[in-house]
Amino acid sequence: MEVRNPRIKSMKYEDFNDNEYIESMVRELRENGTNVVVGCLDEVIEWGRSNSLWPLTFATSCCGIEFMAVGAARYDFARFGFEVARASPRQADFIMVAGTITHKMAPVLKRLYDQMADPKYVIATGGCAISGGPFKKSYHVVDGVDKILPVDVYIPGCPPRPEAMLYGLMQLQRKVKVQRFFGDVNRQIDRKECEELLRRDLTAEKNELNVEKDANHEQ
Amino acid sequence: MNNNLKESITAWEPAAVWSECGDGWFTVPADRFRDLAVRLRAEGFDFLRSLTGMDWGGEGFGVVYHLESTATGENVVLRTMTPDRENPVLPSVCDLWKTAELNEREAFDYFGIRFLNHPDMRRLFLRDDWVGYPLRKDYDPSQNPLRMSNEVSKDSTASFELMPDGSIIRQRNVLFDEGEYVINIGPQHPATHGVLRFRVSLEGEIIRKLDAHCGYIHRGIEKMCEELTYPQTLALTDRLDYLGAAQNRHALCMCIEKGLGVEVPERVQYIRTIMDELQRIDSHLLFFSCLCMDMGALTAFFYGFRDREKVLDILEQTTGGRLIQTYNTIGGVQADIHPDFVRKTKEFIAYMRPKLREYHEVFTGNVIAQERLKGTGVLTREDAISFGATGGTGRASGWACDVRKRHPYAAYGKVDFEEVLFTEGDCFARYMVRMREIEQSLNIIEQLIDNIPEGEYQLKMKPVIRIPEGSYYAAVEGSRGEFGVFIESRGDKYPYRMKFRSTGLPLVACLETIARGTKIADLIAIGGTLDYVVPDIDR
Ligand code: SF4
Repeated sequence: MEVRNPRIKSMKYEDFNDNEYIESMVRELRENGTNVVVGCLDEVIEWGRSNSLWPLTFATSCCGIEFMAVGAARYDFARFGFEVARASPRQADFIMVAGTITHKMAPVLKRLYDQMADPKYVIATGGCAISGGPFKKSYHVVDGVDKILPVDVYIPGCPPRPEAMLYGLMQLQRKVKVQRFFGDVNRQIDRKECEELLRRDLTAEKNELNVEKDANHEQ
Repeated sequence: MNNNLKESITAWEPAAVWSECGDGWFTVPADRFRDLAVRLRAEGFDFLRSLTGMDWGGEGFGVVYHLESTATGENVVLRTMTPDRENPVLPSVCDLWKTAELNEREAFDYFGIRFLNHPDMRRLFLRDDWVGYPLRKDYDPSQNPLRMSNEVSKDSTASFELMPDGSIIRQRNVLFDEGEYVINIGPQHPATHGVLRFRVSLEGEIIRKLDAHCGYIHRGIEKMCEELTYPQTLALTDRLDYLGAAQNRHALCMCIEKGLGVEVPERVQYIRTIMDELQRIDSHLLFFSCLCMDMGALTAFFYGFRDREKVLDILEQTTGGRLIQTYNTIGGVQADIHPDFVRKTKEFIAYMRPKLREYHEVFTGNVIAQERLKGTGVLTREDAISFGATGGTGRASGWACDVRKRHPYAAYGKVDFEEVLFTEGDCFARYMVRMREIEQSLNIIEQLIDNIPEGEYQLKMKPVIRIPEGSYYAAVEGSRGEFGVFIESRGDKYPYRMKFRSTGLPLVACLETIARGTKIADLIAIGGTLDYVVPDIDR
């Protein structure tokens, strides 16, 4: 069962070294006239924010174990400020979707995401979260969390190595550092739209926690 | 199966027809099945290894039962079926073997088979508003788009009873009363080890009733396997119970090899055995870490993971994977062992033994740990057998259920090791079983590592594998119990039905029995020591 000349499509190795492109883009923008005082203040805030990102402890399957390994002794993500894993979504900054998301889990995940406070970020970890992975054809698996949540960083692998996870986490940090320039990184909607949404939520008739009204509920 | 047993079964139930095809089984008509089941239970067949729902197309729906007698070790396979495709109804056996309770719900969920007198006929994995039954051969997936509405948890359930005139009535059973204080735990909760969900009815701090909800990570692997060739199915087993990746895949390979009638070389058997044991150590170390973390001992968590990385290094060097190794293949293993494998493994054994002592110093002797684990969450031996709670859980209750001893496979027949048994059945016993099993695993590896015979690591197999018609069951001792694979083949490239006997589902089934009457805080210790892995429960 030997595989002959496997052709593995992946990121080019040189590209891993090109981690500064976001920063350089931002530098260029700054040089072309951002407000100095507010700009500096933003920079400080975002520097602080990016170095104390708290993850939500959320793991559905195999990738979650590797995520635990990232938190444990050898890989130790405390080095980068991720160690305060929170069990409550209200205290977490980002959600690491580690594992397969099934149809039954999808509304729960969405609710967890909605419960998180802004600013919030999403990392899709592993083949399953990115596209359904090995279970893409299954009747009960969501083929990609980006169908239900806006994703900031994708970490491919099955499961991704802890090093890859750290790389992905650091990519998120880079993104957070410059988020002011790309709008609200995660929601990718502008202020107006956001306010509109907020208002709608308040005024909309109470939708019974988004429970489907089902007449023949009792079979 | 021996002839005596065959004769007695034919004597007890003349309508039972023996088929010699694959493992061999008795087919019993649905209306006679219940009597034979009662008889077999009385004759000592107290362990229902596996219950598999089936769709036999034109012949209707049915169920395959794998029974074992814990006293004599005899096995028997029974089948029963109903030709009614519109309204399939079969008798329930959940009063004889408690493990059937969840398994029958699973069969209902997959095939829509209703079991008479089962007290709780709800879906097990899928949402209540799911349309159709996914494992039926004529299931149409377009009926079920992704639904983003939240689910309502119902407080009642249904059961079906047969009236004397032959009609079937539906009865409403109450799960939780209006006045009961019900709290929800999970699916996103750090102590459930994944996405399991409980609804617990409390009286003060005491648990009165517990209702487990599964399916939040139901990936439909069994259905997917029906559309994959045999070598392709191997990819999915590693992802079931990812802390038993090597063992799961071993079981599937063994089952396929059994069907093909292939005997793998000695070298492969040795390698597989060593890999299985390394995997077991890996899993038990993770168990230790997580249990300690759940109980608030964070230091122990780091200790456990530190040492687990050492096992992963060894696995990675040979297989290329840390967590998911995809190493076993049909008729062998993917690659020969790495030149450093033997040396590194021996170094690890020497390293690990003193570390275990350290663990006991850090955690086992701790007063808080002892207070919380000793005497809480007792599971009796009878219940363990009836629920089919194998692995460390069963052995902590005094049930010698180790597949490595019961049905030796690979190189386990050649090694000398002790089956760790406790009789208390409490959390502490479950914890100690696993800690002691690490030592036994080290012993097993030690006996084999220097004697790996020379030879091939992979047999030449045909590119297209077809298993002769029949059904086959093979089991290994996974990290947390008996992991079995059931294949029904019709001689095609694809399995007609592939079922995995989950190691975790029986553990969830017995949770209610264990937890009733304990304090809510003990649920964490109980869940931690049962050591289930949720994707393995939900499959
Ligand atoms: S991507 Fe692979 S390792 Fe991760 S959850 Fe999916 S199957 Fe498991």
